[in-house]
Amino acid sequence: MKKNFKQSIIDALENPKLTGALGNFSVAYRASRAKAYEGIDFEALRNQIVTIKSSAAAHFDELADRFAQVAEAKGAKVFRTDNPQAVTDYILNLAKERGVKNIVKSKSMATEELHLNKHLEKAGFDVRETDLGEWIIQLAGQTPSHMVMPAIHMTKEDVAEVFSEKVEEGQAADIAKLVRFARGKMRPKFLEAQMGVSGANIAVAETGSIVLVTNEGNARLVTTLPNIHVAVVGLEKLIENFKDVAPILTALPRSATGQLLTSYVSIISGPVPNTDGTPKELHIVLMDNRRNEMAHDPQFKEALQCIRCASCLNVCPVFRLVGGHVFGKVYTGGIGTILTAWFDALKECDDIQALCIQCGNCKEVCPGKIDIPGLILELRRRLAVEQGIPLIQKAIFAVVNNRRLFHSLLRAAPIGQFPFAKGRFIRHLPMFLSGLTDGRSLPVISADPFRDRIKKIEQPKCKEKAAFYGGCLIDFAYPEMGEAIVKVLNKAGIEVIFPEGQTCCGAPARYSGAYEVAAQNGVDNIQALLEEDVKYVVSACPTCTVALKEDFIHHLRAVGRTEELPKARQLSEKSVDFSTLAYQLIEQGRLKFKKGIEPTQFTYHDSCHFKRTLHAEQFPREMMKQAGHELIEMDEADMCCGMGGSYTIKQPEISAPILERKLVNIEKTGAPLLVIDCPGCMMQIGGGLHARNSDVKVRLTAQMLADCLE
Amino acid sequence: MNAIIESSQIAEAFKARAEAVSAQVERVEDKALALELVVRLLRVEGVSDSPHCGAVWAASPMVDAADRMSLEKAVPGLTFAVTRELAADAKAGISQMDFGMAATGSLVQCADAVDKRLVSTLPSMHIAILSTAALLPDLPAVIARLDPRNSAYLSFITGPSRTADIERVLTIGAHGPERLVIVLVDNLEVER
Repeated sequence: MKKNFKQSIIDALENPKLTGALGNFSVAYRASRAKAYEGIDFEALRNQIVTIKSSAAAHFDELADRFAQVAEAKGAKVFRTDNPQAVTDYILNLAKERGVKNIVKSKSMATEELHLNKHLEKAGFDVRETDLGEWIIQLAGQTPSHMVMPAIHMTKEDVAEVFSEKVEEGQAADIAKLVRFARGKMRPKFLEAQMGVSGANIAVAETGSIVLVTNEGNARLVTTLPNIHVAVVGLEKLIENFKDVAPILTALPRSATGQLLTSYVSIISGPVPNTDGTPKELHIVLMDNRRNEMAHDPQFKEALQCIRCASCLNVCPVFRLVGGHVFGKVYTGGIGTILTAWFDALKECDDIQALCIQCGNCKEVCPGKIDIPGLILELRRRLAVEQGIPLIQKAIFAVVNNRRLFHSLLRAAPIGQFPFAKGRFIRHLPMFLSGLTDGRSLPVISADPFRDRIKKIEQPKCKEKAAFYGGCLIDFAYPEMGEAIVKVLNKAGIEVIFPEGQTCCGAPARYSGAYEVAAQNGVDNIQALLEEDVKYVVSACPTCTVALKEDFIHHLRAVGRTEELPKARQLSEKSVDFSTLAYQLIEQGRLKFKKGIEPTQFTYHDSCHFKRTLHAEQFPREMMKQAGHELIEMDEADMCCGMGGSYTIKQPEISAPILERKLVNIEKTGAPLLVIDCPGCMMQIGGGLHARNSDVKVRLTAQMLADCLE
Repeated sequence: MNAIIESSQIAEAFKARAEAVSAQVERVEDKALALELVVRLLRVEGVSDSPHCGAVWAASPMVDAADRMSLEKAVPGLTFAVTRELAADAKAGISQMDFGMAATGSLVQCADAVDKRLVSTLPSMHIAILSTAALLPDLPAVIARLDPRNSAYLSFITGPSRTADIERVLTIGAHGPERLVIVLVDNLEVER
């Protein structure tokens, strides 16, 4: 990681204006988005959008041909190019030829991609961004920090200062007055401009139409008052049919700002008369800039389903802390990381891809149904292939991949950590490891791992058997969780075995882009877990369960080890997370709750993979309620705790405030008990609560069940 | 009878949605009452032939030559001869819309003629006249009625112009009007 990148993160985190504005917005956004989608089947809507956009991406050339043909027949001029520089030159030449002096622009990310303003200003044109947020950052000499709200990082005081300094002295920090001031200053600019430049939110091949969506009314003025209109349109905006405007226009304002529709939508299909009676000179630039190449990439073509609503930024636990400027480029947030890798260069996303904590929030709300975290992992993988994996990480994987060495090192850990351990937790680590224990205690590596403890448990002989997949945390840090699981399954008449050959689930390698290593982890585990004929393979770590059910298959396919796939699928079918299995066993009457359990209030934290990949979030809530306990939901229950596997080690400065917010939300419920279903979250949240001397107890669903089942 | 109930329900839905985005909605029984209401609104707004106090009215099918004459007489400062200078200087703009969309409280207009866009964007107040019979339920229904082959500038207006670009605080009145009054007219003959 580059030093200045790390510093930009720290600067952002230490900017209370930024974190305050983004934090408040993320809460308000969640509510307004939900309200805007009331009565709409979001899944059906986004499936429709996927069909429209993916089929368009598969036929960019045809659609661009058709668009150009129809639009030109109506009198527009269409310029197509794959070279961004050619777009700038086209607009510069046009402006010079027509004797243009003043240009007004309505918000366009495509022109940001070109840094068009800089080029036009350098050539001596007076260029005005007319969207209020864009104008503010143009005056301040900054880049947009958010695709939809470019100046969200600035307060009214900042804006007043910029206006006073750059436009007219003495502006007060009063939002209504600032808006009125901007309207007044901009109006003559609209009236005197000879050229208007816009982007487009949608371009329709069938009718040669461009669709513009704004709230301020500036796009209406940009496309109405100047006699020349130039629209710069990225190829990904193309769709085939006019009727398909409806689903996109249904989703875009709802996902972007929680509005049912923006104040203005303009659908322009050819030149219209100017105010002096001449026909408008309409130029439409269809810009490629690697979009076609992207459409031919089996993985990344999916990213062309983006409708630029920026909801992936709005729900991101990391974005709301660091904002857009740490991304250092035009496009920000999750989708911005992917677009930067393509529109700039893969190496440009080297730092920013590491910001993703892989919580999956964005994937859930994306109206284009883009697997943003999945594509960021793919970027990591490609970066690892291109640049290699850093030496330290390589050394770690060498250990993780060598099962004997890994386990013997973990076994040796209890001795090494001795000077720092206090009870069951480590509060302080020395030197470069100290970031790990800032604001959070770490669990002590057990001297007596679960793989040894299970041998001492006397289990009834049962017909049904389950293989237990421990994962590193339960095996070595929380062996008592494993004991609780054995106890519950025994009550249902299931005997638990612990296959000794099991090893790391491969998540650390996967999340670092080292797919070869992850695939080998998969092969070792498949062999170990299928060795004995069991009915279930049970895990209580959601990340591990997802590895068993999905990732092994994915990795083996990615590295071409297809001969291993049948066994991987066999393992996938048998694998189940503990709480889902326990819920089934209760439903089947094989497990029963004790009578007269002392009821207690509890709150529940949704672990990322548990909710968004395994979709099991209702089972533990339901079981706890059946046991007689009372659920008090916390705010943002399904927001990541900041653990993210090795994220907490790689980005401790970001992980810590994410955890802090989670802890506050937990304590606000007043419940004395937190129930979770992930040992990683247990380590993060349990450690956090311990470090602030909280009285809240943290337990896995399995531990709760072990106490309250007959 | 059913058609009347239906039209009443859709009008109520439209009104609720339009008001939710800060538009003012007035429903009247016929064209004469609609014109009367517009005159009243313009007078209250202080439209006159003093500088910066004019009003501009874009050509609309419901207003014929005789109406124009009597309206211009009733409201000094009101003109149907719209130019960009007059529109930029006017207090109020008036235009007739082609469709309404109940699900979002939006107005829809085929706005190829530039005066339609000038009067609804430049003055700080916009009065939009819409036939109750031109209300459609939702976006797919509206899109199905629109044909870009017949109109080069289709325009949707949903509430007055707004921005939330400073601190996410909603502020009504950005580059377009800060006030939108929708006059919903029953029994208005419209060419469909």
